[in-house]
Amino acid sequence: MKSFFTKQHQKLIADPMGDQNPITIQVLGICSALAITTQLENALVMTLAVIFVMTSASSIISLLRNHIPNRIRIIVQLLVVASLVALVDQILKAFLPDASEQLSVFIGLIITNCIIMGRLEAFAMGNKLWESFLDALGNAFGYGWILVAVAFVRELFGSGKLMGYEIPGFTYLYDLGYMNNNLMILPPMALVVVGLIIWMQRSKNNDLIEEN
Amino acid sequence: MDLVNIFIKGVFIDNMIFAYFLGMCSYLAVSKTVTTANGLGLAVIFVLGITVPVNYILENKVLKAGALQWLGDNFIDVDLNVLSLIMFIAVVSAMVQLVEMIIEKFSPALYSSLGIFLPLIAVNCAILGGALFMQERQYSTIIEATSFALGSGVGWYLAIVAIAAIREKIRYSNVPAPLRGLGITYIITGLMGIAFMCFMGIKI
Repeated sequence: MKSFFTKQHQKLIADPMGDQNPITIQVLGICSALAITTQLENALVMTLAVIFVMTSASSIISLLRNHIPNRIRIIVQLLVVASLVALVDQILKAFLPDASEQLSVFIGLIITNCIIMGRLEAFAMGNKLWESFLDALGNAFGYGWILVAVAFVRELFGSGKLMGYEIPGFTYLYDLGYMNNNLMILPPMALVVVGLIIWMQRSKNNDLIEEN
Repeated sequence: MDLVNIFIKGVFIDNMIFAYFLGMCSYLAVSKTVTTANGLGLAVIFVLGITVPVNYILENKVLKAGALQWLGDNFIDVDLNVLSLIMFIAVVSAMVQLVEMIIEKFSPALYSSLGIFLPLIAVNCAILGGALFMQERQYSTIIEATSFALGSGVGWYLAIVAIAAIREKIRYSNVPAPLRGLGITYIITGLMGIAFMCFMGIKI
C-alpha cells in the first residue's frame, strides 16, 4: 500500500510556507494580500476564504484535468473558481455581514487571485487529487501567514488593538506619550511591511537573493 | 465637466495600484523594463475601456434587481445579483479572447508587440476590480462608467511605467543584497503610494 503522507507530500506543504512562499518568492496573489491587512480579523476571514476556495478548486480541476480541452482551460478554471467564490461571498454576506462589508470587492477578487490560477495551471492540471489538494493547502497557508503577519503589525502599531480589542499595556504607553502610527493604516505601509518581511526572509537564506 | 472629474479621480485619487493594490501581480512581474511595461499598460487601458462598458450594460439590463423589466412586467422582481461575479469574469475572459483575435487579424504589429500580455490580462485583478467598482459605485450613465474605466486604466499605466523606469535606474545603486529585486520594489511602491496620497485631499 502506498503511503498517504510521504516525505514528498510533506515537502508540498512545507515549501510554500518558506522558500517557495507565494507572496514573497513567487510574486503571486499580492493584490488582495495588501488591501485587506489593516485589521487582523479581516486577514483571518480572507485567509479562510482563500484556503477553502483554493483547496476545492485544486481538487475539482485535478479531477477534471483529463477532460478539459487545452484551448479553453483558462475559462474552465475561471468558471470553477468563480462559482466557488460566489458561494463564499454569499456565505459571508449571510453569516458575517460586517466582515463582508469591509472586504467589499476583495472577496470577488479572489477569482483573479493569481495564486489560485497559478497553482491550478502549474500543479493541479498535471497532478493527482491528493497531491493537488496538499499543494493548494500549502500555498494557501503560505499566503495566509504572510497576511496574518502583516495584519498583526499594521493593526498593532496602526490602531493599538488586536482583533479589535484594546491591549491592556498600551494605556500606560499612551500616558508616557506614545501615539498610534496612523500611517500604518494607510495603503502604502502594507507594501513596506511586506518588503521588510522579504528582507528578513532573504537575509536568512542567501539562495533566495536576486541579481538586482 | 463631470466626466473629466471622474477621469481625474480614477487616475490620481483612486489609483488602482497605489490606493487599491489591484493588478499588483503583473505590476511587479512585468516591470523590469520600460518597453514591456509600456505594452502591458496600453493593453490594460484598452481592455478596461472595453470590458467595463460591456459589464455596465450587463449589470443594468440583466443582473440588477428589477433590471429585467424590459422583458415584461413578470420579471420586475427578478434579482440576479448572485451571478454577477461569474458573469463579469466570463465577460472579461471572453472579451480578452475576442480582442486578442481582432488585434491579431487587423494589426499584426500591435499584436506581436503586446504578445503574451493580452491573455495574461484576463487574470489581472485590475480588470475585474474595475467591473466590481463600477457595480459598487453605481455610475448613472454608460459614458460615466467608461470615463471611470479609462481613468483607472491610465492610472495603472502611469504607475507601471514609473516603477519600470525606477527599476531600470536602480540597477546602478547599491541596494542591500537581500532586498534586491522584489523587496526594494515593494518598498519603492510604498513610497510612491505615499507620494500619491497627497492627491487624496483634493475635492473634485
